[in-house]
Amino acid sequence: MADADQTDIGGEPELRFRDDQPHDEPAVTLDAFLVEQSNATAVRLEAGDDARALLPYLDRLALIEVSFPTYRDGRGYSSGRILREAGYKGELRAAGDVLVDQLPHMRRCGFDSFAPEAEIDAATLRRSLSRYDQVYQRAADTAVPVWKRRHG
Amino acid sequence: MYRYDEYDQGIVDARVDEFRDQVARRLSGQLTEDQFKPLRLMNGLYLQLHAYMLRVAVPYGTLDSRQMRMLGHIARKYDRGYGHFTTRQNIQYNWIKLLDAPDILAELATVEMHAIQTSGNCIRNISSDQFAGAAADEVTDPRPWAELIRQWSTFHPEFSYLPRKFKIAVIAADEDRAAMRLHDIGIQLVSRDGQVGARIFVGGGMGRTPMIAPEIRDFVPADDLMSYLEACLRVYNRYGRRDNIYKARIKILLHEIGADEYRRQVEEEFALVKQLGIDPPATELERISAMFAPPPFDANASAEVDRSDPDFAVWLDQNTRAHKQPGYAIVTISLKPVGGIPGDASADQIDVMADLAQRYSADELRVTHAQNIVLPHVRIADLAAVWQTLTEAGLAEANLDLISDIIACPGLDYCSLANARSIPVAQKIATRFASPERQRDLGELKLKISGCINACGHHHAGHIGILGVDRKGTENFQLLLGGSGAEDVSLGKITGPGFSEDGVVDAIERVTDRYLAVRTEGERFLDTYRRVGMEPFKEAIYG
Repeated sequence: MADADQTDIGGEPELRFRDDQPHDEPAVTLDAFLVEQSNATAVRLEAGDDARALLPYLDRLALIEVSFPTYRDGRGYSSGRILREAGYKGELRAAGDVLVDQLPHMRRCGFDSFAPEAEIDAATLRRSLSRYDQVYQRAADTAVPVWKRRHG
Repeated sequence: MYRYDEYDQGIVDARVDEFRDQVARRLSGQLTEDQFKPLRLMNGLYLQLHAYMLRVAVPYGTLDSRQMRMLGHIARKYDRGYGHFTTRQNIQYNWIKLLDAPDILAELATVEMHAIQTSGNCIRNISSDQFAGAAADEVTDPRPWAELIRQWSTFHPEFSYLPRKFKIAVIAADEDRAAMRLHDIGIQLVSRDGQVGARIFVGGGMGRTPMIAPEIRDFVPADDLMSYLEACLRVYNRYGRRDNIYKARIKILLHEIGADEYRRQVEEEFALVKQLGIDPPATELERISAMFAPPPFDANASAEVDRSDPDFAVWLDQNTRAHKQPGYAIVTISLKPVGGIPGDASADQIDVMADLAQRYSADELRVTHAQNIVLPHVRIADLAAVWQTLTEAGLAEANLDLISDIIACPGLDYCSLANARSIPVAQKIATRFASPERQRDLGELKLKISGCINACGHHHAGHIGILGVDRKGTENFQLLLGGSGAEDVSLGKITGPGFSEDGVVDAIERVTDRYLAVRTEGERFLDTYRRVGMEPFKEAIYG
């Protein structure tokens, strides 16, 4: 990944890929955000929530956490891209059953922080994120697809 | 044929490294089998009844001789000397050791091959017409488009954990040789005002709820195709069912919300996605298309052939088809010898086919969804020599599209999902109808066998279909009539109560006897069935 700056050696893996300070406010549910607490700056999306419901509020959100209830449930990948495509610049966190081998795809879908249920091995993560230096398709990251490299 | 550049090769090499890492983590215990499962599945490695099965991708069924020889080498070195060609135009090996899998992938990568996305809930190998580039009826060669889609779908970051597997087929002729409308997305390339574009069908499939895909868009220009497919997949990824594995395919979503509502959602998504700049420029399709340029045909090739050997003449009539280039023919090599396992080939046979392709067929082979092999570009003058070599290798069965040209899944002999054995039934049917004269008299008759309702043997699409089920602990076989995977696509109907293994063979014979009794001149079995309906056959079977 072009922007994955993994410099830690062993120990705890770095799971946040942003320069700003972590956002401390606890995330509210989408329902709570829409109905009651629309001044909240952190929202949690369940896998089945419609990410587009947040589009009118992206400017004032600092953290959106997307839940992955099982590694098989891939809805969150679409949620991530939809938010980034709509211009969301805040922290986008993948939380739940997030496996080390899934992080490269999640990074490509716009996620820049991770809260996995199970521990992730730092060395494995480092190898995982640096393995592919070419991609076939444009996504929500800065990677340049090979067709662009071929034809400029 | 497509050739990798440094980018393609780099991606496949990285995949080998990644899988080696994953296998090492599994073997060291860092990954449990549960955690390893989705990783190996994404790479075509299944745990079957007796061993691991590895499925190797053959994109749109096209291979050259060097790749074919590699498949033979893998069969010899890592398996028991056999490979099994599949209904998805791939090959699978049934006796693989986990420890060997990374080395196999490394060997495949040296000939621009891989096992990427040959299983798992992702976009699978793109299938296509086995006569692409050779058939006279195509508007263009569909394979460059299939390659474009292969690249777009490879490690797609958003669509690697779909509700269920996803199969795409691309054809470019009115005659459908790839069961296009029985795919999650079927694409027929058509010409409109001199421009080639894609007619899109979505939501077909077999399995336990067979459906024929409805048309979703009549024309998508090349410049919009990736955006349009992205929209199709995104709607599915977000709204396809995930609560029940049997209702998770896109056909169920289409069925539940209706084709019109699905189309509306896709168009809405497409309008957004189209702004993202994800469509490759026209020069990319041109770059790929240049690699599929026709081989240098001999314009003076003779169309004359010596038919004096009757066995050769029979094979010629049955297993060759007209080529768009005068003086050439398309040869189908049957992998359905009487008593054999449909789709199996030995390492030595694989080598023979590779040699023939190199010498006589512009170095090209195709795998067909009916589990046969095609030599697409053979001079008519060379057909006798090709046939002679095939005969010596036990590959000259003259039964293309006849009753013994059976599609069968691996069944309970290998597969952990199966309820019944498919291979012995296929062998018994082929043996019962072994007489070549009798088979030719019956004419085109597509017989397809699945060992469970997942329908890997395409039984819904067989003129005659057989479905193996488990009935109170014993294998039971249901019979279906009237299906088709071709341009006249239809789903077979169950005749009535099921049969034992021998009973179903008898029932098929009663069906074909009735067909012979009631057919009119030139009528195929399927035509007769459609004219007279199920009743006469039911009466013949159940009395």
